[in-house]
Amino acid sequence: MGALQSLSDEPEYRELAEKTGFSFEQIGILHKRFKQLSHNEDMLRRADLDTIPDLACNPIRTQIIEAFFDKRNFHQNGDGTVEEISFEEFLVVMSHFRPPALNMTEDQREKVRREKLRFLFNMHDTDNDGTITLEEYRHVVEELLSRSGALGKETAKGIADAAMLEVASISIGHMEPDEFYEGITFEHFLKILKDIEIETKMNIRFLNMDTTTLCNRDSSSIR
Amino acid sequence: MSVWSKIKRAPSPPHSPPSRGLLLLVMLIFLEGTVLTLGAASSPDISAQDNTGGHDHRGIAGSHDHTNYTYTKKAFPVLSLDYHHIQVPFEISLWVLLASLMKLGFHLIPRLSSIVPESCLLIVVGLLVGGLIKLAGEEVPPVLDSNLFFLCLLPPIILDAGYFLPIRPFMENIGTILMFAVVGTLWNAFFVGGLLYAVCQIEGTYLSQVELLPCLLFGSIISAVDPVAVLAVFEEIHINELLHILVFGESLLNDAVTVVLYHLFEEYSGAGEVTPMDVVLGVICFLIVSLGGIAVGAIYGILAAFTSRFTSHTRVIEPLFMFVYSYMAYLSAEMFHLSGIMALIACGAVMRPYVEANISHKSHTTVKYFLKMWSSVSETLIFIFLGVATVAGPHAWNWTFVSVTVILCLVSRVIGVVGLTFIINKFRIVKLTTKDQFIVAYGGLRGAIAFSLGYLLDKDLFPMRTMFLTAIITEIFFTVFVQGMTIKPLVDLLAVKKKQEAKRSINEEIHTQFLDHLLTGIEDICGHYGHHHWKDKLNRFNKKYIKKCLIAGERYKEPQLIAFYHKMEFKQAIELVESGGGVKLPSAVPSQVSMQNIQPKKLPPPVAERALPQFTKGREEEIRKILRSNLQKTRQRLRSYNRHTLVADPFEDGWNDFLLKKQRLIELEKKMSNYLTVPGAIPDSPTMCRARLASDPNAFYNIKASSDGVPTIQVDLASPQSPDSVNMLNEFSKEGQGLGQREGGADRDEDQGLMMKPAGKGEKGEEEGGNKNPGLMRCLSDPGPSNEDEEDEPFLP
Repeated sequence: MGALQSLSDEPEYRELAEKTGFSFEQIGILHKRFKQLSHNEDMLRRADLDTIPDLACNPIRTQIIEAFFDKRNFHQNGDGTVEEISFEEFLVVMSHFRPPALNMTEDQREKVRREKLRFLFNMHDTDNDGTITLEEYRHVVEELLSRSGALGKETAKGIADAAMLEVASISIGHMEPDEFYEGITFEHFLKILKDIEIETKMNIRFLNMDTTTLCNRDSSSIR
Repeated sequence: MSVWSKIKRAPSPPHSPPSRGLLLLVMLIFLEGTVLTLGAASSPDISAQDNTGGHDHRGIAGSHDHTNYTYTKKAFPVLSLDYHHIQVPFEISLWVLLASLMKLGFHLIPRLSSIVPESCLLIVVGLLVGGLIKLAGEEVPPVLDSNLFFLCLLPPIILDAGYFLPIRPFMENIGTILMFAVVGTLWNAFFVGGLLYAVCQIEGTYLSQVELLPCLLFGSIISAVDPVAVLAVFEEIHINELLHILVFGESLLNDAVTVVLYHLFEEYSGAGEVTPMDVVLGVICFLIVSLGGIAVGAIYGILAAFTSRFTSHTRVIEPLFMFVYSYMAYLSAEMFHLSGIMALIACGAVMRPYVEANISHKSHTTVKYFLKMWSSVSETLIFIFLGVATVAGPHAWNWTFVSVTVILCLVSRVIGVVGLTFIINKFRIVKLTTKDQFIVAYGGLRGAIAFSLGYLLDKDLFPMRTMFLTAIITEIFFTVFVQGMTIKPLVDLLAVKKKQEAKRSINEEIHTQFLDHLLTGIEDICGHYGHHHWKDKLNRFNKKYIKKCLIAGERYKEPQLIAFYHKMEFKQAIELVESGGGVKLPSAVPSQVSMQNIQPKKLPPPVAERALPQFTKGREEEIRKILRSNLQKTRQRLRSYNRHTLVADPFEDGWNDFLLKKQRLIELEKKMSNYLTVPGAIPDSPTMCRARLASDPNAFYNIKASSDGVPTIQVDLASPQSPDSVNMLNEFSKEGQGLGQREGGADRDEDQGLMMKPAGKGEKGEEEGGNKNPGLMRCLSDPGPSNEDEEDEPFLP
């Protein structure tokens, strides 16, 4: 069912496939999901994503939802946020989570790594000034710990400060007392996270075959 | 024992350590050889002599009872020799001692351990000892007795492996591992067994009496990758985590397959045929064996975790529970012929997170070291025994059989790995490259389990048992020596990724957690329940229900990130203690970044706003006066003075130890809430508990600031924005003392106000200003200009 439908939209899909690297089947499935989330409209809004029940217990859901509406993730050198996104933009954001191909050169791998880390960076850098300041980082850690309840802001602050110190010392090394470390730039961000091998970790499996059964307007789909 | 005394008197010449090591080695081999010969010589007689020995003793004492036998009075034995009395434990201890001394000796010889893996050396030693015993004309004791092996030697190694199994990579790759373990082993067994049978049927090999079923049995014995050998070799090559867990996980999980195949073929070799019904039963048996083993292990693991919840008053026997429960899991599984290895792994893996949260730091260390010790000794003994058994065992060498076995094993392993990887790569996100496949194939070592299984075979049912044993031993030798020795240079040659030794940084930890949640969220948006979704669900279930039952006290609420952070602080504090101090010259340390560098330039609200109710302006003035009066040193950092930097200034000798002492007091009194980095309201947090138990106030007396120059992340958050910073002042008011204290005279040049210094104790110590020696107190910066105090521009001019 899914395959036939995708073929009918072929020219459009081909362009999308080229742009994002997904296969036709994957695009078809994601398109179905998009329609399901947006209630068959063309544009997706924040409120639509908010209704996903599984997302409710995720501590960083606001950031995740924001990331979809962040123009910096659309690869069009835009800036700021939008209120609603089209399927193409949805797909572009999703493409950040595609696993890298099997045979990649070191350069390509580096490029993929940069792209994924850029996505993460954009998630942290909410005011879009190109650096993650201490406040922003604190906010990140607070959100992470928010579901854990008990310990609250102080711990988060401590952890965020420690992390910031670490970044500063790794990236800059010695600093004069009156120098001020404004925030983590993208280059520093790359440096501290280079050991994580993000290109192997930040991936999800996109379905090639449509195994979901579409329910009604309910946002949760059952496998 | 003249032998002993002879050796004792042997001189220890003043050679350099390597040659001394060699000398020691030779002596020990000789020693052990002779004593074991004695032991071996006595063993056949023991049953005969037992009664007479007993009689003698009793006879001497109780001769008055009966006059049935003549009793001639001898002189009272002042000194007598009774070897049989202690023979068995003595020999066991001797073997263990030999094993440990061998291990010691190898590491004394400088370059040997880097060329030849330890397992090879140990087998050679075993060969030597066996040879010595044979030379002495005695019968070599059957040391690799299957009971001894499976019940005593194998469990510690497996428990160690299971307890320290890295769960995350294991679970991420579980599909691949299972494929290799189950399908790969089956393929190997049938390929080797079948082709061997075909070869045996060829005319001219004189092997035609070997039937199909024994061949298949042999194939199943020899096809299993051995965890002991894999561990021994892979530990030395430091390969990357993925490959390590693939080969190692496979070696652990193929036990179930091996057990089922072995029993199946052994049962039916007598009957001579296997019907399809038997095959179906075999499959069902496999499921029962593996799942049953895991279930048994999990049950015991939960029991152990539950028990550990209540051990807070009997810390001394905590490690015992863990060992005993695990061993019982193994024995229970073996009782039902389930897979004991899988039970042990399941037990260790299940109990670990809960037990670690419950037990004290010392118990944790005890468990860790005992496991490592036992597994190390076991491993050493196994290899030595392999050598001895090689010398001892009856051999029936058949060129065809043996060589075909070796070749077939290699070929089938390669084909199996390549074929399976082809299928697996379709489902993996991170594909396995050719290099990975090569290492996985090449790392399939066989070991003592195969030998023991062969040894268990019934001589009557399997007349070709000796030939099998010879072939098994040859295969083991081939894999351990040839593959074991060459794998290290090959790894280097192929530039396979090595293990990352880097310490986990807090940024990485934050982002790993962040990624977990992010990927779960994206999966939810995509709408399919993938890997991350289920993991997240499991975690939440774990947190909500299980942790409450199994973890004592309030610790179950601690999320992983915070636990990690605590651990890091604690580690740094311990490092500080162990480094013992030494003056740290900031100029010598390249990466010095302090809090002031990252705090934003914000004008904090004036003091009065931040004051806690207990703290009055008047008190503050009092404190400032004291500070002023105690000023001894004007600092460059005048501009950045504020009362918070004072406290945090660590550059005086003894500052840290004072802080630490004070901190301990405070911690114990539970008075101050820890405003700095970690809220002090969790006195029961595991790191804090461990800190309390493990640390000793006296240990901190000689601390200076950390001298290793590593940017230790000490977060002194005496930031003025923090409302809790006033707590510190509260402390001042309590103590009525000034802030700084200096116990040493050394004056260090400090450019930065708040330096990075070891976290943990130190940071908590900073908060308090009270001190014990007002006389020694000196302020660290000039509190003179009172506007400075108001300004509270924290760290910047």
